[in-house]
Formats: sequence, C-alpha cells, structure tokens
Amino acid sequence: MNFEDHKGIWIYIEEHDGQIAPVSLELLGAGRQLADKRGTDLAGVLIGYQVRHLVDQLFEYGADCVYVYDQPIFQHYRTEPYLAAMLDCCQTYKPEVILYGATSEGKDLASAVATDLPTGLTADTTLLDIEEDTGLLLASRPAFGGNIMATILCKKYRPQMATVRPKVMKALRPEPGRKGKIIERQIGLNEEEIRTKVLEIVKENTKKVRLDEAEIIVAGGKGLGSKEGFQLIHQLADVLGAAVGASRDVVEAGWIDYPHQVGQTGVTVTPKIYFAIGISGAIQHVVGMKNSELIIAINKDPNAPIFQNCHYGIVGDAFEIVPLLIDGFKKALAHPNKTKSVEEVHHA
Amino acid sequence: MHIVTCIKQVPDTKVIKMNPKTNTMDRSSAPAILNPYDAHAVEEAVRLKKRYGGFVSVLTMGPPPAVKAIKTCIELGADEGYMITDRAFAGADTLATSYALTQAIHKIAKQKPVDLIICGKMTIDGDTGQVGPGIARRLDIPPLTSVIKVVEINREEGYVIVHRKREDGYEVVQSTLPCLMAVEKEINEVSFASLPNMIRAARYEPHIWSVDDLENVDRSQLGLKGSPTIVSKVWAPPKPSEGEIISGTPEEQVERLIQLVLEKTDRLASKEVAQ
Repeated sequence: MNFEDHKGIWIYIEEHDGQIAPVSLELLGAGRQLADKRGTDLAGVLIGYQVRHLVDQLFEYGADCVYVYDQPIFQHYRTEPYLAAMLDCCQTYKPEVILYGATSEGKDLASAVATDLPTGLTADTTLLDIEEDTGLLLASRPAFGGNIMATILCKKYRPQMATVRPKVMKALRPEPGRKGKIIERQIGLNEEEIRTKVLEIVKENTKKVRLDEAEIIVAGGKGLGSKEGFQLIHQLADVLGAAVGASRDVVEAGWIDYPHQVGQTGVTVTPKIYFAIGISGAIQHVVGMKNSELIIAINKDPNAPIFQNCHYGIVGDAFEIVPLLIDGFKKALAHPNKTKSVEEVHHA
Repeated sequence: MHIVTCIKQVPDTKVIKMNPKTNTMDRSSAPAILNPYDAHAVEEAVRLKKRYGGFVSVLTMGPPPAVKAIKTCIELGADEGYMITDRAFAGADTLATSYALTQAIHKIAKQKPVDLIICGKMTIDGDTGQVGPGIARRLDIPPLTSVIKVVEINREEGYVIVHRKREDGYEVVQSTLPCLMAVEKEINEVSFASLPNMIRAARYEPHIWSVDDLENVDRSQLGLKGSPTIVSKVWAPPKPSEGEIISGTPEEQVERLIQLVLEKTDRLASKEVAQ
C-alpha cells in the first residue's frame, strides 16, 4: 500500500431528520486540530436524501471540503447503500484518517467499511492525536471496562479509522460565511438490490429518559444496598427536577433499566450538576460523567475513587445524608429567600 | 431453521483488579464468565427455536478453558457447541476475529446450512461491537445491529422483520434471510437454566477445531499477523484533581452542599436571563 496517496482527515457526517448530529460537529472540531497538525485538509462525507443544504454548516464548523451523496436510496440509514457510498468515496479520494461518531449508526457503518476495505478500526476513542511527520493516528480509549487506557495504532493500512465517543470532543465556534469545496457524487445502486427495507420509524420521546440532555442528574450506585434503598435517588431527583442515573452494577442488579446507565457501556452525560451517590467511581463510570460542570460525590468509603473525580465530596452514609438533602432542598426551593446567603455560609 | 450464535468467554471486568505498582491488570483476579450480551443472544436463539422450530449452535474462539462458556450456553438451551482454538488465532483484533469465526461458520454451514446468525451487541472486555457486522460482511449477508425485538421470521419467503433501536425510538426493518443480528440487552430476559439442560451441559463435549480443521484458510489473515490494529501503549487514566471534602456534622455538610447547588443553579438562572 502506498501511503503517499492517502491524504486528508475525513469525518463521517451523521444526519437525522435534516439535522446534523452533534457528534459530527464535535468530530469536525477534533478533526480540524488533527488536519492542522498534519498540514492537510479536513473533509466531511455527507450521505442522505435532500441533505445538500447542510454543507454550509459543515464549512462553518471547520470542513474544507464536503463529499455529498444525495439520492433517494439514502433516505434512511441502511448499512448496504451507505457502505457502497463510503467505499466509492474512499477508493476514489483515498483519505488518511476517517472518524465516525461512536453512535449505533457510526459503529455499524465503520465496522462494515473496515471489513470491506479492509483496514483497522478503533472503537469508542476518547483521545486523538496524530504524528505530524508520519500521519500515524494515536487513538486512545478506555479498555477492560475502563480500568485502563490503551493507545491503538494502525501502522500498515490506510485509511486509519476510529469511532469516537459523543460529547468528548469539542465543536468549534462556527465561523459564519466560511466556505469550502463541494464534491457531489452518485452511486449506481437500485432499490431492488438492497436487501433491507425500513418499514417504519417509531419515535418514543414521551417521558423517556434523555439523560444526555438533563441539566441535573442524580445517580446512584451499589452503595444504596437494594432496589428499595435506590428509591432515595428517585426522591432526590424528584425534588430537584433531575434525571436519574445509575452505575452499571445497579443496572445489572435490575434496580433500574439500562437507559439510566451512565458510563463506558451506557450514556455519556455532561449535565450542569451531577450527584454520584453510593457510586465507588470505577473508571467505567467516570468516563461517562467526568465532563459534568459540577460533580458532587457522597460515599461512605473515604478511599472511594469517586472522591478523586468530583468537585465536592461528602464522606458519609447515603441513608443519613440524602434524606437531609431532600428535606433541605424542599425547604430551600419552597422558600428561596430564607436560605442563607453564600457569604454567610463562607464566614460560618 | 439453523441459528448460529457467536459467543465469547470474557473476564468479568467489573471485578478485575489493577496492580497499583505495575499498573497492569491482574487477570487472575477476575472470574471468566459468558459475555453478558451473548447470554441474551443465546436466549433469543433458543426462544426463536421454540417459536419456529430449529436448531441452535453456538460458536466461540478462545483458549481451551472457554469450553466452560459453551457449557453455559448448553445450560441456556443451545443444542450444539463449536470452539476454534489454536495459537494461530492468538492476538486477533476485530478484523482477524471476524475472519476466523467466518471460516468456522462456513464449516458449520457445510454440515447444516445456516439461516440466521445472532451475536451480542458487544463484549465487555473488547467493548467494540465490530465483530458481528464484520462476520456479516464476510458472509455477504445483511448485518442488523441494535436489534431489540424479532417481530417475525418467515423462512419460506426468506425474510425477517425486526425492531432496531434508535436514539429516539426504534425502526421496523425487513431484511432477507440469511442475515446476522446483533442484539441489545433489552431484547429479552435470560431464563434460568432448566435441570435437564444443566445435566446435559455437565456431560456435554463441544466440537473443538484447530486451524488445520478449517478449510481454505488464509493464515496471513489470522491472529496478530492478520490484525491491522495494535495496542501500542497501556496507561492509567489521568488522575483528575481531588475534590474538596466537605467536613462537619451531617447537618452542616448538607447545608453547605445545598448552598453550593443553589449557587450553581442561581447562576444558571441569571445566565439565562442575561441572554
């Protein structure tokens, strides 16, 4: 394989209902840094139906070039036609690196592309760097349930590919009016040749947990002792109007459903306030919440790793502290003026 | 209907201990278990067999002790187990793993044609979810990932209808058969093993194949040699700065905490007003 032919950092652009997925904008931010370090271009690959108008936004967020595949066959994501488009693009324009969001769609597509090219694929990357002179991508990710970090390389194949966790990289501030090159392509695939059909899309947004959008999350772990003990988490969340999160153990014990799971194998969250109650703080959990603005930990064990990953901690029994918190917040929120001012507390 | 389920024995990463001096994992500290997602895959295969009739095979690649994971699948109701084990497979990344498993599936299919392959969403030690779709591509059958429900299988007309999870709900997808499904945990609840299955599992001896037992194998695609990705470095995650521990009686601690939270939420509120 002649590496010289492979140039540019590409981002697979995920689009839903005419909107670019936030993770794709985050990846344009991360990709911009890699491209600048390597001295190369940043491109987006946009596949869909009636999506061409989205290219301007991609330029504003850092892309120098966008490859567009806009055909009815791409109306809904399906592995086979999207794979055909990616293979066409890769084989024609030969990128050095392709990044995908580590979403269900991004992982599905990246796995298929990697097998067909073939090339190496690193999953769920949380840290990216590139060697300026060789173009070698350093893709790092938590491994073994988040107990360690591993840096993965793909030395002998191009393009180098990785899926990247949503909400880990930062999108650039958009630069209005920024322009780039548009390359439009078509693939010659007929609907009859595609072996899968999307019959219906069912949206379930009613009252479903959208942990990733919550401003405040109250999360509980094994320290709550039982499903009954875990009710304290629900009560505190109710008082604060917060969403409920949980560690993996708790979900596996069946105290709460999987959509509430925060961490490496659950949801990554970035709320304004994150309460970790009775959660020891295994890295598998921490990678999913460490970017929260204010992290508060409550745990009996003063040596629990969670205290190394919080802004404020209380060493204490959740069954003593949380009921006091519930009462305290109830009073404070009912009579906002009766709480002490911040100054008074600091002097006390 | 012949269903092949791909499974893996994994260390239970929840209880794995780190050696704080060398910063390496003490693998002996973690018990080996059937990958939890794969238990759901086997469960679904067994349920489909009950619904439509058929035969459930499980396939794994791993070191000889991984036979135990196959026995767990027999307890769950699988009919036959296959293991490929050979030094030549060692060090495989997801691409080389999907190649080796695909070669084994070809051999199983020669004995009994395969209609459906079911995999778990991912393994808890690799955390990638890349092997299932890789097998589907190699067999040139549609990969259906994120499956949360099997609505219908029509073997005569050669199609399957499933629900695939989306971030905002689910989609109903029809695919031709044969195909490969990667299933999510919510697809089912894993049943307890029945006594007859437990007895059968205790005595069961799976088919064990080395690389020489497989046909038309390109050895350059196996194991470490066939793996484009390599782990160059393993390191401890960066330690963030320690938080401030709030001291005092529980009442004092809670009072301070409430102030901190209100301060934060007030600031949120005033920021919104300012905008």
